[in-house]
Amino acid sequence: MLTNQSPPPPASFELLRERAHQLRRNMLVQARGKGQGYVGQALGTAEFLSALYFNEMRYDAARMDDPDRDRFLMSTGHYALSLWAVFAEIGLISRDVLPLYGKDAGPIDMTTFDAVLGVEITGGSLGQGLGQAVGMALGHKMDKRTCRIFIETSDGELQEGSTWEAAMSASAFRLDNLVALIDCNGIQADGAIVIDMEPIAAKWQAFGWDVAEINGNDLEQVVNALVGARTRNGRPKAIVMRTKPGKGIPTLEAREKSHFIRVEAAEWEMLEQELERNYV
Amino acid sequence: MSNSGFQVSMAESLKAGTRQTVQAPFGLALAELAGKHEDVVGLTADLGKYTDILPFAKAFPDRYFNVGMAEQNLIAISAGLAKIGKVPFATTYGVFATRRAYEFIAVLCAHGHLNVKVFGALPGLTTSYGCSHQAIEDTGLMRLIPGLTVIDPCDATEIGQVVHTSYQIAGPVYVRLQRGNVIKALPEGYEFRHGKAQIVRQGSQIGIISTGLMTAHALDAAAALEKQGVSVAVLHAPCIKPFDAKAVVEFARSVERLATLENHVVAGGLATLVAEVLFEAGVSQKLVRMGLPDEYIECGSPGYLMDKYGISSARIEQKLSSMMKN
Repeated sequence: MLTNQSPPPPASFELLRERAHQLRRNMLVQARGKGQGYVGQALGTAEFLSALYFNEMRYDAARMDDPDRDRFLMSTGHYALSLWAVFAEIGLISRDVLPLYGKDAGPIDMTTFDAVLGVEITGGSLGQGLGQAVGMALGHKMDKRTCRIFIETSDGELQEGSTWEAAMSASAFRLDNLVALIDCNGIQADGAIVIDMEPIAAKWQAFGWDVAEINGNDLEQVVNALVGARTRNGRPKAIVMRTKPGKGIPTLEAREKSHFIRVEAAEWEMLEQELERNYV
Repeated sequence: MSNSGFQVSMAESLKAGTRQTVQAPFGLALAELAGKHEDVVGLTADLGKYTDILPFAKAFPDRYFNVGMAEQNLIAISAGLAKIGKVPFATTYGVFATRRAYEFIAVLCAHGHLNVKVFGALPGLTTSYGCSHQAIEDTGLMRLIPGLTVIDPCDATEIGQVVHTSYQIAGPVYVRLQRGNVIKALPEGYEFRHGKAQIVRQGSQIGIISTGLMTAHALDAAAALEKQGVSVAVLHAPCIKPFDAKAVVEFARSVERLATLENHVVAGGLATLVAEVLFEAGVSQKLVRMGLPDEYIECGSPGYLMDKYGISSARIEQKLSSMMKN
């Protein structure tokens, strides 16, 4: 599963779109098994996870302890089902376990723990990811390793002061081997973003990062932004991604309180059908 | 976070008298350790000079990082480094490490069993700077974190030994760090043993269980009482976690009267630990707890404050004398 370093030919975008669609199926299977969950956020992540795991990152799924692998850190641990959706596709877990998401004593939890193979950091408490990413990127620079650190963070998580401590240090330490993907989906636990974080791109720029601002649900834009982030110029990279919670399923896109979605038992089949209908 | 435009000389402020001191024993030991192990990294949060890490920084500038006044980030970066195989030694003041970065130490370092070694300076009343700088409840806070090792060394020699031992301990470690001119107080030949409490003075009438710098004061007070014909034993318990329950129970049974002594509030730290293990072992014994009261403490020189709050050698001596009258 060693992906190449050159931009994909146009044909491969179709493949990445298929991957993203399969990730959404996997997410829905998990949410259905649980009856609820952070499926809104997860659905918005399908494009960038597809672009990362199936195009941009260099790793071997059979050797997730390889010190030279590129790493993906999910800073928002409650997006766990996004990660399990990917893991089922790259063979770290079986698709059969997806319906057991969040079940008591089950194999895949509602949040991320670093003891699980492929999970780089423990999530759950927001604001703790980026600093760890800085430590890893710094250590790789010390060791002159060429691998890179990719980290997802979110607009809501930017409210944690520790995120900005880490942002400050990444540029001070010239960590151009670090790429932050900021999932701006406009929601947080209490609903729509409660403290205005805009202008998000300008904030990262002011902290000394190279910044791209894109539609995070447009696969070509994501792929191209990641290619752009390969530049080694002494500056860390931030990709501000505007994403839509519930993306791919119009009923969920329209739902107002999508931080933690509860769905009636009878609705799941309809949602699955919507997902298939909406995929063209 | 910190105004550090002052430097306290422990030797002066505590009037340590004829005791020898060592300048920056932590930094010297870390530099020595780093010379043997390439994976040792040193970090600080704008307190390099004031946590004695500079001897290491000078010897290994490529392995030294100052993250600025950002203690949460200090721990997070250390965790990231540990995740890729480094052994980071992170320094700041104990108050900042434990009060501000507590969750980062708990969730990242302890839950993740990461090799992060946190050295928190200015334990208890070893600073003139008041509440914001006096780590008076850090031991209690840190001992509650599952999987975290907590050590309160007594003197310069032990600090050096703890630096080397903490590298060998798998997982996170929190150490209460004395900085500057640190006294040598433990008996010749003493060696820190991880997880062990050790008798550093034999006696029978009163037994003091002490930790950190307070073991030096316990030894002073014990020597003074001997001149009055009172035999005082001292059990030094630098390892708060894991705690040497067996040694404490045996020690308690071997003496007529029992006291604890710590440079920390008397709740949650050493005294509480001793009470826990004695009660659990079925040892019913009156326990005199010497340490700090349940309140934040004003600014003042360490010598003045320790005397006022009853943990100077002289005040301990008085307390022990009064124990003999009961």
